[in-house]
Amino acid sequence: MLYLLPIRSCMIRLFIIPVLFLLTVFLPIQAQENIPVWRFDTLEKYLNRQTDTVYVINFWATWCGPCREELPDFEKIHQAYSSQEVKVLLVSLDFPNQLEKSLLTFIRTNRISAPVVLLNEPDASRWIDKVDPAWTGSLPATLFYRENNRHFFEKKMTYVDINQVIIKLLTD
Amino acid sequence: MKALLIITSFLLATTSYAGEGYKVGDKAADFKLKNTDGKMISLSDLSDAKGFVVVFTCNHCPYAKAYQDRLIEIDKHYKKKGYPVIAVNPNDPEVEPGDSFEAMVTRAREKGYTFPYLFDEKQEVNKHYGATKTPHVFVLQKNNNGELIVKYIGAIDDNYQDASAVKTPYLKNALESLLNGKDPDPALTKAIGCSVKVKPAQT
Repeated sequence: MLYLLPIRSCMIRLFIIPVLFLLTVFLPIQAQENIPVWRFDTLEKYLNRQTDTVYVINFWATWCGPCREELPDFEKIHQAYSSQEVKVLLVSLDFPNQLEKSLLTFIRTNRISAPVVLLNEPDASRWIDKVDPAWTGSLPATLFYRENNRHFFEKKMTYVDINQVIIKLLTD
Repeated sequence: MKALLIITSFLLATTSYAGEGYKVGDKAADFKLKNTDGKMISLSDLSDAKGFVVVFTCNHCPYAKAYQDRLIEIDKHYKKKGYPVIAVNPNDPEVEPGDSFEAMVTRAREKGYTFPYLFDEKQEVNKHYGATKTPHVFVLQKNNNGELIVKYIGAIDDNYQDASAVKTPYLKNALESLLNGKDPDPALTKAIGCSVKVKPAQT
């Protein structure tokens, strides 16, 4: 029997590698099951927390092309900083009646594990300036803050862009 | 790798343009752009108008689509009073194929647009105005010297989701103020919209 061992361990190895690969591909990321629908007063509290955490708040929508392009980088940032005081929140401005069809489908398909909320506050003129007075209203837009230190960007960002702002806020 | 670099530089170049643009009180420049009927149109062609509702809008954006019918209604009502709607598509069709001139022609016909729907092919007008998104409204009023003064910038109303739930029709209020000889208040509002899709930078 002994002469069979090397062959068997080789086969086992051949078997284990694809199984491990499949596990890493399909298992770890759990997309959100339900999307909370927020009014602006709830979001406003989230935009003004006086803690040591760096908050990264990305405003996006599934119908927005540049938003869809940058979203995977926000997801990567969310995962890369999961053990640090950095929180990513994806604030969707999708139409509330598209929540199931567009938003949930999108985050499941793209396996987005960063928290997503839907902001249902149609009169943007009453809240846009409270996010940042420089925001003209186009998507995507991202607010980074740590206590009173704030940075706002009304443009599509890359992983490097996002990471730079976070490092700045963590080290300032 | 080369392809990746090309794609990356292309994506970087398609980020929204956030220029300075006009502020309320500024003098606005006229423009000459192609309408969906193939004719070139300038604001000066409409010499009877007291002013204009210049709306940067497009085909593809859900926020812009939500306002198509409302713009027709506003145009029908205020054109008679001297303030016609002039719609301008500022997007580069290479970035957003749904906003090509051909698609504009189809949309204008299908919706029965009562106003010109102009193609800002060189993307110069939206930069002058400082339109960053669709829809983005600029109300202009002719002064006694025939100059066009920016009187209102911003949103059409306070509810993109549901026209019947609108509480404050910002644009109509601004037009009513102007018709009553007053300056709009508020003269500047904001709304969420799709970023203007800018042509990739030439390398």
